[in-house]
Amino acid sequence: MKKSVSEIAQMHQNKQTQLLAILHDIQEQERFISDEVLHILSDELDVPLVELEGVRSFYHFFSSQHRGRYTVYMNTSATSEMSGAFEVMQAFEKHSGIEFGQTTSDFKIGLYKTSCIGLCDQEPAAIINNLVFTQLTASRVKEIVEAMKAGKDLKVLLRQGEGQNKNPLIGAEIFNNIRQKGPLFFNEFEPGSALKKAMDLGSLDVIESIKKSNLRGRGGAGFPTGQKWGFCRAADANRRYVICNIDEGEPGTFKDRVLLTENPYLVFEGMVVAGYAIESKRGIVYLRGEYAYLKNYLEEVLNQMRQGHLLGKKILGTRFSFDIQIKLGAGAYICGEESALIESAEGKRGQPRNRPPFPVVSGYLNKPTVVNNPETFGCAAKIVLNGPEWFRKMGTAASSGVKLFSVAGDCDRPGIYELEWGMSVADLLKLCGAKDAYAVQVGGPSGVLISERQFARKLAYEDLGTGGAITIFNKTRDLLSILHNHMEFFNNETCGFCVPCRAGNAILLKKLEKIMIGNGTSNDLSEIKAWGQTVKLASRCGLGQTSPNPLLTALQNFSDEIASKVRHDIDYISQFNMDFAIEESVKVAGRSPNLRVEEVED
Amino acid sequence: MEQGTIKITIDDKEIWAKDGQSVVEAARENHIFIPTLCDYKSLKPAGTCRLCTVKIGGRFVSACTTTVSNGMKVENESSEIKDIRKSLIEMLFVEGNHMCPSCEKSGNCDLQALAYRYQMTAPRFPFSFTNRRLDASLPHLILEHNRCIQCLRCVRGVRAKDGRDLFGFVDRGAKIHITVDKTVEEAFSEKTAAAAMAICPVGALIQKGGAYQTPIGDRKYDLHPIGSEIESNIEQSGGSHDTKS
Amino acid sequence: MTPNPEKKKLVVATTSLAGCFGCHMSFLDIDERILQLITHVEFNRSPIDDIKHINKPCDVGFVEGGCCNTENVHTLREFRKNCKILVSLGQCAITGGLPAMRNGIPMSDLFSEVYQNTNNPTLGNHLIPNDEEIPIILDRVYPCHEIVKVDAFLPGCPPNADLIWEALVRIIEGKSLDDLTYQYFKYD
Repeated sequence: MKKSVSEIAQMHQNKQTQLLAILHDIQEQERFISDEVLHILSDELDVPLVELEGVRSFYHFFSSQHRGRYTVYMNTSATSEMSGAFEVMQAFEKHSGIEFGQTTSDFKIGLYKTSCIGLCDQEPAAIINNLVFTQLTASRVKEIVEAMKAGKDLKVLLRQGEGQNKNPLIGAEIFNNIRQKGPLFFNEFEPGSALKKAMDLGSLDVIESIKKSNLRGRGGAGFPTGQKWGFCRAADANRRYVICNIDEGEPGTFKDRVLLTENPYLVFEGMVVAGYAIESKRGIVYLRGEYAYLKNYLEEVLNQMRQGHLLGKKILGTRFSFDIQIKLGAGAYICGEESALIESAEGKRGQPRNRPPFPVVSGYLNKPTVVNNPETFGCAAKIVLNGPEWFRKMGTAASSGVKLFSVAGDCDRPGIYELEWGMSVADLLKLCGAKDAYAVQVGGPSGVLISERQFARKLAYEDLGTGGAITIFNKTRDLLSILHNHMEFFNNETCGFCVPCRAGNAILLKKLEKIMIGNGTSNDLSEIKAWGQTVKLASRCGLGQTSPNPLLTALQNFSDEIASKVRHDIDYISQFNMDFAIEESVKVAGRSPNLRVEEVED
Repeated sequence: MEQGTIKITIDDKEIWAKDGQSVVEAARENHIFIPTLCDYKSLKPAGTCRLCTVKIGGRFVSACTTTVSNGMKVENESSEIKDIRKSLIEMLFVEGNHMCPSCEKSGNCDLQALAYRYQMTAPRFPFSFTNRRLDASLPHLILEHNRCIQCLRCVRGVRAKDGRDLFGFVDRGAKIHITVDKTVEEAFSEKTAAAAMAICPVGALIQKGGAYQTPIGDRKYDLHPIGSEIESNIEQSGGSHDTKS
Repeated sequence: MTPNPEKKKLVVATTSLAGCFGCHMSFLDIDERILQLITHVEFNRSPIDDIKHINKPCDVGFVEGGCCNTENVHTLREFRKNCKILVSLGQCAITGGLPAMRNGIPMSDLFSEVYQNTNNPTLGNHLIPNDEEIPIILDRVYPCHEIVKVDAFLPGCPPNADLIWEALVRIIEGKSLDDLTYQYFKYD
C-alpha cells in the first residue's frame, strides 16, 4: 500500500530532524521526490521550501528525477576500476539500453554511479535497491538486468555472504575477509560487561581511564578520546548527545562495516559507556546511506540490548537511562566530517559548520555532543573492561592499542587486519601478500601516496597516522589514472560551500587532465604544487584541506615518474586544438574543414 | 559603546578589540582592511569566500568567523596571504562568467573591486565557461547565475515577512546555486528585489528597470580602491548594523 | 618619456581579432601624445597604418579581441611568432569578452538563431553561410592566452587611453607592467 506524503511525515512525527528518513521513505516508494512532495512537506514540517530543495539536491540517493524501479548504484572508486568496473558498467549499459546517469523510458531501470560503498576488497560492487552485489562480472550483469526487466525479486540472484551477512536481516552478498584477528574486535564479548565495569568505576573515572589509555580517535584525525569526552562533560548544558559516526566514505575503507556486522554489541556498548561518562541520555548512530542494508539488523541488536537492560530506561537497574536511534545518511562523503554529520542528522544539508564552537560545546541541536568512530567506541568499551594499562601495552608509546586496517588493491589477501600500531608498511604488505607493490595509498585519497622508498615507515600517529585504509597499487597500474580517480572523487564530493574547495579542485582536476593528454610542462607541475597548497590552506574543512593530497603527495613521492610525463624543454603548451574547435561548426554549416590558409602560411 | 578590552596584534600593529568581536570587525574599527565578500554587516558569518583568510598561530583561518582573544597575533598582509586572496578572487572569476563590461553592477561590484585592488589582469587559472542560467521570470528581479559567487548573503539576509527563507541554495559542488521561493508573495515584490540587489556583492541579483544610473567616474570603486574608506583615518559614521529585513 | 632620437625605435604591431576596434579607438585617444610616441616607436602591421602582414620582427604586439574563428587563430599565431612581447589589449583578448557570452551555447542553436529564425531582411535566404572563403567559426570564443603564450595584459573595455599610455611608456623604458595606476585599471 502506498502511503501519502502526509502519512509518511506523520510516521516520523513531522519533525525536521527526521527529514532524511522521510525523504528516504518517499524516494523508496516513488523512486523520486517531486516538487509537489516538497510543497506538502514544507507545510507539514514547517520548513521553508527552498531549504527542502536544498536538502533533496544535496544527497546522492535523493533525486527530483525518476531513478527507476530498480536503481543501480555502481561504485566507481579506484579499486573498482582496477577490478574491471569498466566492463561491468558497459554490460549494464548494453543490456539495459541506457547510459549511466539515466533511467529507462519505462522507468524500470536506472543506472547511477556512486562514490566508494565500502566494498573495496570485493569489487566491482553495486547496490541495487539496497541489495548488495559484489565481484560483479559482465555475465552476472546480464542476468541481473534480465531479472530487472522482468520485474523479478533480485534476492534470488544473490550469492550467500559470510558471517552475519547471512543473517536474513542483512542478506547481503558480502564477505567479511577478516584476515587477522586481534585482542579487541573479533572475539568473545559479553554484552553488559563493560557497562557494569563502567558503573563500578563511576563516570569521572571512566573518562580518566580513557585518558590514561591514550586512546585517539580512529576515524583518521586522531583526537584524544578522553579529552573529547572530558570537554563534553564539562560543557554546561541540560542535554548532551553521543553520536557514532558510521559514515566511512573514504575510498578504501570498509572496516566499520565489518565491525558493525560482526560485533555491533561492542560498538553500541561503547556508546552507552560514553553516554554514562558524559551524562547523556541519547545516542545517535549515523549510518551511511550506502550501509542501509545493515539497518534492520542493527535495530534488532538495539532491541536485544533493550531487552537485556543494556539500553533504554533504568539500565542495569540503575537510574541511568540512555537510548540509541539509528539515522540513515543518504550518500555524501562530506558527512563523515563531524559537524557536517551533525547538520545532516538534524535533517539539513550536510555542510560543515564553522568551528569553533566545536561539537563538544555545541553539537547536535546545539547541545554538547561527542562524535566518535565506531572503532573508537569499541576500543573504549574494552579499555573500561580491561583497564588502560592493558591497552597501552599494545602499540607504540605515542600510539597505544590496536587498529583496524582495511586492505585492498593488488595483494593476495585483501580484507580486515587488526594490528598493533607501529607495524611498518613493508610488514603489512608481506602479511597481506602484496608482492609487487609500487605505490600504497595510506589513509585513502585524503591521506598520502607513498612509494617503495617509504615502505619502512610505521603505521602510527607519530609517523603515518591513518583511519586505516591501505590501498595497494602494483607496477601495472597507471599512476595518473589513479590520481584522476581520486581528484574526481573530491570534485564529486565537495559540498561546494567554500571557494577554494569548490573551484580549486575543479581547476586541479583540469590541470591533471592537461598532463594526462600529454600537454603538461614542468610549469604545470609547479602550478599544481602552488595551487594545491592554496586549496589546502584556505579551505574551510578537512575535505578541502586534504583534497589536493593525491596530487601533492604523488608529486613528492613519485617525482621522477610524474616529471617523465611532462615536457621540460618548453614552458607553454596550448590546449587549443583546431580540428576539435571547428568540428561542430563545419558540420552544422555543411562545409569542408578548409584550413588552406593555415597550411600555406604556417 | 563599551570600551575595547582585548589587545590583539594585526601584522605589527597593536589594537584594542571588544569581547566577542570577529577579527574582521576589530580590524575594521581600527582602520585595518581585511577583504571580505560573504561577510555582511550583522549577518551571521558564513565563511564561504575565504577572502578574509589570515594566519593566526601558524594556522590559516577565516577572520570573519574567528573571535578575538587576548594576545592574539594576526598576520594579514604577508605576501603569502595576499597570494591566497588573489588566487581566490581569480578562482571566482574563472568559475563563473563575469562579463564586467556589460554588467549592471560594474563599478559597484565588490568582487571586481577586490580584483582591482589585487591588480588581477588575466586570472592564472583557465576560464571554465560553464553554462549557467539567467532567470528573468520574476517581475522585478533578475537572477543572473553566471555572476553568482555563492556567498549566500541573500540566503542569510533576505526573508519573507513571516520570517521564512526566501532564498535558498541547492545542489552541491560545482553545481551549487541559489534559488528563490516563487511560491512566496514577497518574491514578486519590488521591495524584495531592491533588498536582494543591495545585499548582493556582485551582479547576480539585479533589480529590473534601474541599472546604469551612476555615470562612470562616480561609481563606488571608480576612484578609490575597496577598503580605502576603512584604511583612511576618518571615523566612519554610525556603523549601521542592519538586521534581517 | 623623453624623446630620444638616438635610440633604436621599438617596432610595434597591433591587430583586432574578435573585437570591436574599441581598444584601437582608445589607443588613438592618447591624442597628441601619439606625436611623442612615434619618436620612440615604428608601427608595423596595424589598422592604423594599414600594413596587412607583419613584415619584420617586432618588439611588441598588441592584440585586441579573442579568437572566434580560424582567421583569428592564424593572425594571433603570426603575432606570437613575430613579436618579442605579446600584449592582450582589453577584456575580449583577456577573457573572450562579450563575444564569449555565446560560449556554452551549441553551434546549431547559434546558427539557427542568427541566420534562420530571423526576420532580418538582409538574410532573406535563411541559409547558414558556408562559402569556403569565409573563416570557420570555432566552437567557442577563446581568450588569446589559451591559444598562444601572452606576456602581458591590459584590462578594460576598452582599456583607458591613459592606461595604454602608461603601459607604452613602461615598455619603452623597459619597466614592468605591475601596479598600474588604480584610476585607469578597470574592466569596463
